[in-house]
Amino acid sequence: MINLTDQIEERWGGKAQAGFNVINSAWEVTCSQTALVEICEWIFADLDFSFATLVVEEEADEWRLRYIFYGGSNGWVHVLASSPRSEQTFPSIVGPVHAADWHEREAEDMFGLNFEGHPRLGDFILHDDAWQEGVEPMRHQFDPQMALLYRKPVEDWRPRRIVQEPGAFIMPVGPKYSGVAESAQFLLETVGEDVIRFSPRLYYKWRAVEKLAEGKTADEVLLLAERFAATTAFAHGLAFCQAVEKICGAKVPQRARALRVFLAELERLRQHTGQVQAICESTALVVADSQSGILEEDLLRISGELAGHRYLFGLLAPGGLTTDLSDQACQHALERSREALAGLDELETQLRVSSSFLDRLEEVGFVPTGTALDYGLLGPVARAAAVTDDLRRKQPYLGYDLFQFEVPSEREGDGYARLRVLFSECRQSVLIMGQALAALAEGRVREPVRFHAGAALGYVEAPRGGAFHWVRLDEGGRVLRYHITSPSFVNWHGFHLAVENFAFQDFPIMLASFYLSVAENDR
Amino acid sequence: MSRWVIKGIRTGIKTTTYPRGTESAPGTTPGLPGSGAPDSEAAQALVEICPTGVFTVAGGELVADVRGCIHCLRCVRLTHQPANWQAGSFEWAAETVPVNKLPGAFKKSVHICVVDTGDCGACLNEVRQLNNPYYNMHRLGLFITPTPRHADILLIVGPGTDHMRYALQKIYAAMPSPKRVVAAGACALSGGVFAGSFTCSEGIGETMPVDVEIPGCPPPPLAILHGLLVAAGRRPPAGSPATTAKTETPGTA
Repeated sequence: MINLTDQIEERWGGKAQAGFNVINSAWEVTCSQTALVEICEWIFADLDFSFATLVVEEEADEWRLRYIFYGGSNGWVHVLASSPRSEQTFPSIVGPVHAADWHEREAEDMFGLNFEGHPRLGDFILHDDAWQEGVEPMRHQFDPQMALLYRKPVEDWRPRRIVQEPGAFIMPVGPKYSGVAESAQFLLETVGEDVIRFSPRLYYKWRAVEKLAEGKTADEVLLLAERFAATTAFAHGLAFCQAVEKICGAKVPQRARALRVFLAELERLRQHTGQVQAICESTALVVADSQSGILEEDLLRISGELAGHRYLFGLLAPGGLTTDLSDQACQHALERSREALAGLDELETQLRVSSSFLDRLEEVGFVPTGTALDYGLLGPVARAAAVTDDLRRKQPYLGYDLFQFEVPSEREGDGYARLRVLFSECRQSVLIMGQALAALAEGRVREPVRFHAGAALGYVEAPRGGAFHWVRLDEGGRVLRYHITSPSFVNWHGFHLAVENFAFQDFPIMLASFYLSVAENDR
Repeated sequence: MSRWVIKGIRTGIKTTTYPRGTESAPGTTPGLPGSGAPDSEAAQALVEICPTGVFTVAGGELVADVRGCIHCLRCVRLTHQPANWQAGSFEWAAETVPVNKLPGAFKKSVHICVVDTGDCGACLNEVRQLNNPYYNMHRLGLFITPTPRHADILLIVGPGTDHMRYALQKIYAAMPSPKRVVAAGACALSGGVFAGSFTCSEGIGETMPVDVEIPGCPPPPLAILHGLLVAAGRRPPAGSPATTAKTETPGTA
């Protein structure tokens, strides 16, 4: 791990200082606003860290911004900047760190902070056609009971058009579109056959989970963490529990740790199978659609039989698990998962020789490696573009460093590369499940947690990519601040890269080959 | 291409026999809590542990209002005396009063428009499963349509966010009559865990009249199927003699 104290002192002596935060095992660089952009650029570009998230916290007399970076064996760096309450302006870091783009837009909408130098703020979470200016919902003084000010959307509101060629127009898709789809609006700008510019208009499903969590106990917020994006409920519940356990210094028993790995990989296997089904459906390959649909339902049933719930609700608790799962039940689930994997392998073999299917996927929805890095893309989408980041490997948690597994990656960055990454990850997940089962120790699955005041970052590699949950608790174990950064939030930001300069008919296939969750983004 | 055909034929029939028969494969449903407790102490413990207030004590008896159940399973796993869990059941859908069924002419062919008003993805994923070979809703004459203009039933998931309310009203207005509204999942019935948020309502009932309510978090595909059949007048709702006799099997989660 690097030691930042000397380097920061040498470069920015007087403007910044570094110290070590033991709870988060992270370097904290406290800096003045004038040095903020330079330091972030240095950490991102020169030290080659990835940007995780931006957390805004409102103190009695000041705004405190926390930019969180992580970098392989070099661990974590938190860059802290503050300003008095009366000042609401910070310099924008999107110039050198483009990945922070949407994070700053969110902070502007939620807290009313201004980011100087940001190219485009506004109309993000609070839709311009439905909300008055000056609403800052995440501020403490905002009263959520004030059944606010929702008013009927302005009928003549129109999105901003960027493409100005003769004959150019916007084709809006959504918020209700397709048969069974999450609500979101996509603005496709075109002059005819090809999509020239794409911008998603999300947050139709915004439930203000972070605001709702404030003042609730950790047990109550866990229900929200599991249910705000329940297709990956276990991963998000786990990230929240890990944050709480870090703050409280809780030791999770070995048996619970192994079971958590087992369940997290089962969820990944099920979620990836669901995505394979969505890809087959989007290309209208009917038999493959049915076959993968059978496999997804099989895995849902395996989860339901093992855990009592098809989406693994109600198992996690701070300090371990709510119930023990027997070795035999896990063994049975593993054997059935292996059968499902055999089905997936057979499906992949056949898909690889189905030319009509490959034609729809190859060289479609292309994301180059450099841009994937600029946008900080996560998960299988990034790994298909030769970005081999995986938090299980890069910042191991739950003892993932003790397991033997590969992080699959491909070079092409197109739809077909993403499909191959999915199949490879399914194989790795079943391998890890086997090892987790072998590592099952006897003993308890839950230790009592004694709550402390404090703040920590919980992180997991969710099926769609890295998820980061920032939690601040008071002495009684109530949540003061909860900030969720999900892989879908990050990858929706980069989704336009795949869509632009492709034909309209490829759009559903790109949606399926990214398989982003709107609920996970909207929160 | 012939390989796909052979693969399809070799797979055989996977489809459930429900609604003609019943379905008892493990993992198809998480079950729901039922009324009744061994003693008043156990009943009080259940009232206290449920985060969404499913249990109430009325006249010395413990009553479960399953509309609010979010499947946290705390009443089974974190109490000394677990709740009276109805494992294996799935015919949960209830009609609201006044009962409002589709006319008989719609029995054999019903088109459904699915709208997401802030769901977490699980309800929607379970609706998606209705098209896989295990459930194959087409065999029952149930079809999902993207446009409200062709829809007889509006199937709504999610608590009803403010941002979707206007779109939802436009969708409902665009449907031809006669039309019915089916709300699926704890969020759509009572707001679920999102009740109290300033950006969404506590259930779809605040925005429009609901005809059939399907509890569950999420309701499994079989429960959604039952709800759609109730709306079409082809299955009796939960609580009627036909469904209780069939689904109440003892056991724990």
